[in-house]
Amino acid sequence: MKQKILSLLEQDSRLTASKVAIMLGIDEAAAAAAIKELEDENIILGYKALINWELTDREMTVANIELKLTPQRGGGFDTVAERIYKFPQVKSVTLMSGAYDLLVTVEGKSLKEVAMFVSERLAPMESVVSTATHFELKTYKKDGIIFTEKEKDNREVISI
Amino acid sequence: MTDYSKLISPHINALAPSGIRKFFDIAASMQDVISLGVGEPDFVTPWAIREAGIYSLEKGHTHYSANSGLIELRQEICNYLGRKYNLSYDPKAQVLVTVGGSEAIDLLIRAIISSGDEVLIPEPCFVCYKPCTLMAGGTPVTIQTEEKDNFRLTPEKLLEKITDKTKLLVLPFPNNPTGAVMTRKDLEAIAKIVEEHDLFVLSDEIYGELTYSGEHIPFASIEGMYERTVTVNGFSKAFAMTGWRLGYACGPAPIIKEMTKIHQYAIMCAPTTSQYAAIEAMRSCDDDVEYMRTEYDHRRRVMVNGFREMGLSCFEPLGAFYVFPNISATGLSSDEFATKLLYEKKVAVVPGTAFGECGEGFIRCSYAYSIKNIEKALERIGEFVQEHIK
Repeated sequence: MKQKILSLLEQDSRLTASKVAIMLGIDEAAAAAAIKELEDENIILGYKALINWELTDREMTVANIELKLTPQRGGGFDTVAERIYKFPQVKSVTLMSGAYDLLVTVEGKSLKEVAMFVSERLAPMESVVSTATHFELKTYKKDGIIFTEKEKDNREVISI
Repeated sequence: MTDYSKLISPHINALAPSGIRKFFDIAASMQDVISLGVGEPDFVTPWAIREAGIYSLEKGHTHYSANSGLIELRQEICNYLGRKYNLSYDPKAQVLVTVGGSEAIDLLIRAIISSGDEVLIPEPCFVCYKPCTLMAGGTPVTIQTEEKDNFRLTPEKLLEKITDKTKLLVLPFPNNPTGAVMTRKDLEAIAKIVEEHDLFVLSDEIYGELTYSGEHIPFASIEGMYERTVTVNGFSKAFAMTGWRLGYACGPAPIIKEMTKIHQYAIMCAPTTSQYAAIEAMRSCDDDVEYMRTEYDHRRRVMVNGFREMGLSCFEPLGAFYVFPNISATGLSSDEFATKLLYEKKVAVVPGTAFGECGEGFIRCSYAYSIKNIEKALERIGEFVQEHIK
């Protein structure tokens, strides 16, 4: 049941417990309790809006940075990852398989600001061997939602 | 000037003109209507299926297929029926690929019904069985299912209408418009009567993939019914492929053979592009179907709950994507309800009477819409019911 609740909230985090209960055919109190548990267990970490900033006036640049690292004795990659994710500019940090180790997403007001962050904060770190910065130009789809077109219902109004 | 009315065949003249058409036209011409009126999925065909269709065009597969359909597709259909329902059909002799499920319905009725034969049709139901019977020269005999029986066909009601002329029984479950499904026990009781009275069965299982309380049970899987049943199914509802116009029939080889004969002269073959796309649907889209079914299931509960909260009696549908609330508490007829609702609240629903006389007192609402759309519609219908309830 918790899996089903998570799938629903993943699609629409604004669903109330009562709506979740109706959709799954369960008791409202049970749904509310399950959601509370999921929050307490840190499985649900937050409820956010998905925003297409490109349509707003806000100046923003996003870059994905590939970092190659030397693992630290004792802490492996975790220690470095922690030092990186503590920066508020860093939106996500993921350990990767393959040609590099960490994928870091950084947000800033301008290209320059992001580039400076990389060269001044990330690159000089002791365990960072190399960085490769890729700036995002346009988002087509994110978190399962298509950004570039609005879905339209082109069916007949009535059909039997 | 030519008097065209004299040209029209008496068979066709006798078909009742669709009274509901006018209502549809009004709904279609109005602006900002929120509709719960469609009989097709809101999902677009899964991309893998569309891609397969596109690829077949790129490869230049733009020719006729075999009359019965691409053998690969017929084989896939047999694999599917085997893996899902443990039914075994010979792709070479027992499967016919048609232009939608509705062509298969027409073909079977034309293949076996002639003057004097009676066809039993449980109503409310999809609209084509009666006219198809009439066009074949047969006599449609309707059975009125009821809300108190959860709109299932009961053995008693079936027995009441059987005569020595009865040849074919239509089993339209999961049902459009009620959403009713038949349990194994229900089907077994019907099967017994079918056997005793030596009837043949057209089982229209186009909504078979869309059931919400356990697996769908094909009528042909009931003991003794495989030999007596042509099952009509298709890609429209389960795979969201209405516009591709692709269905199929499977059943006893001698019947499929005659159906294929008519199909060959009238249609030649189903669209080839659609057939290639359908192969992909059968092979790799179980997860897509499951995803859509889960979505429908959520919406179904929201809708049933919404109507019950309005104070209307609403039987819980366990199949298809319709709810069929009882609106008689408003004192309005189905037609009045639908028309006034359209004019006063700009919400389009289909009056129950579009599916047979016994649909009086009900409306069909489709939940093949986003939750947002459903909630907006329910809100308006709620206001409307408040204003009219006695």
